[in-house]
Amino acid sequence: MMRDITIGQYYRADSPIHRLDPRVKLAGTFFFMISLFFQKSILTYVLAVLALVAVVKISRVPFSFMVRGLKPILYILLFSVLINMFFVPGVVIAKLWIFQITREGVIQAAFMGLRLIVLILGASLLTLTTTPNQLTDGLEKMFGCLKKIKIPVHEIAMMMSIALRFIPILTEETDKIMKAQMARGADLDSGNLIQKIKSMVPILVPLFVAAIRRANDLAMAMEAKCYNGSDGRTKMKPLVYAKADKTAYGIELFYIAAMIGLAFVSRRIGLSF
Amino acid sequence: MSIKLEHLSHQYSQNSASSRYAIEDINLTIEKGEFIGLIGHTGSGKSTLIQHLNGLLKATGGSYTFDGEDVYAENYNMKKLRSKVGMSFQYPEHQLFEVTVLKDVCFGPMNMGLTEDEAIIESKKALEAVGLSEEYYEKSPFELSGGQKRRVAIAGVLAMNPEYFILDEPTAGLDPVGRDRILNLIYELHRERNMTIILVSHSMEDVARFAKRLLVMNQGHLMFDAPPVEVFRHKKELEEMGLSAPETSYVMEELHKRGFSVDLDAITMEQARDSILQAVKGGKAL
Repeated sequence: MMRDITIGQYYRADSPIHRLDPRVKLAGTFFFMISLFFQKSILTYVLAVLALVAVVKISRVPFSFMVRGLKPILYILLFSVLINMFFVPGVVIAKLWIFQITREGVIQAAFMGLRLIVLILGASLLTLTTTPNQLTDGLEKMFGCLKKIKIPVHEIAMMMSIALRFIPILTEETDKIMKAQMARGADLDSGNLIQKIKSMVPILVPLFVAAIRRANDLAMAMEAKCYNGSDGRTKMKPLVYAKADKTAYGIELFYIAAMIGLAFVSRRIGLSF
Repeated sequence: MSIKLEHLSHQYSQNSASSRYAIEDINLTIEKGEFIGLIGHTGSGKSTLIQHLNGLLKATGGSYTFDGEDVYAENYNMKKLRSKVGMSFQYPEHQLFEVTVLKDVCFGPMNMGLTEDEAIIESKKALEAVGLSEEYYEKSPFELSGGQKRRVAIAGVLAMNPEYFILDEPTAGLDPVGRDRILNLIYELHRERNMTIILVSHSMEDVARFAKRLLVMNQGHLMFDAPPVEVFRHKKELEEMGLSAPETSYVMEELHKRGFSVDLDAITMEQARDSILQAVKGGKAL
């Protein structure tokens, strides 16, 4: 069950997108998200979808693999679509008891759904093509200026990468503990809600114990290797922009400019809503 | 009364392109009262195999018959199977969760449907069997030593009164004293209660000492199923699988090469000692 979640997973492949500097990808993802929110128009949506499709193609991540990651958020998606459909005022086209569906509602809902899907696919592309380590390195460098106002950027980044690193370990551990308790006759699936919550205790206690023990061991190992935070720490792979990164920044800026341009054009010719 | 596997296979991620067999075409019959050793390289499929025996994993091919009943039948009672085929995992102490030792051991029997009083009786018997006296009952399982924790965990399975007991590397990470205690405990269970034991181990010495029958897994296949003496004659094949024969076996081979007439089938320390003494006393040394 846990193995089905692809959000936050890394997909190993060799593509121009994988090789980009994480900062470029972080900025790109940020621009992409902003662009989805600032104008409602058919043209801007077309551009956003085209841009996403192009980047996915270049990244060599199989589309089917990405779509699988949408499954866990299916309900949130349905919920927001339905809310939009029923509660946006406008021309009524169907009525069901006290609920009414409006033309504006349907359009709004369709675009809302599309926007969410594109948003999540775009964001998941970042983690699919960037290892957790690269990601935190990128974040650390991007927000490095915050060190001046005493924000422990390095420590936060380190905590993030450790947390990410521990997800697969703890998943595996959970699996083992569940099996061990099932071997002792634990029943995890049946019963009402309260019984189900109660049946989680034999899983959660050993899991927490294991997590704390691991954290202790890790802290010890880090200290043994003389880790003492960010001061004077150098990187094995320092982040340096290559030519491809600069080109990518150029494309990102062009995308934003095109988005703004299209938004204005749409408003002129009445394609926005 | 037996465990019977026929053409049992387990395939991971069946639907994707990367599917591979964790175990393939396993044919195995385990009778009551046996003491079986199971060895194999890491990733050879031994953990996968034993998890089928108590129904934690369901085979993707083949059949499993327990006491003449098809385990994969529609309404087979898995809980009953798990109470009859007890299993303790590697690092069993990772499953401890209760406030006191006694309560933790009660978890299994209570899941089997026993009342609290009955469960406490069974648990006390189990704790006694693993050598933990009354003073430990009210202690927190987390304040015990590694070996003690492991004994509590084993008691947790024992309290369910299994007929078959599978132990996945029960001595991993223990000091020699703790290790010997656990092994002796397992042997006692076998001898006194005629409990069927399946001992998964990385130690050739341990299986040579206790097991009457030895199973060797390699790349998902059952390579050997014979008494330890016979299996350890295939030193070369074992080494190719990343395993070995017991140290003793190599010492005997070396002695034999140098002209001592020692028994090459001596696989335990005691057998080797006797054989060497005999050879030396016989004055056959060159």
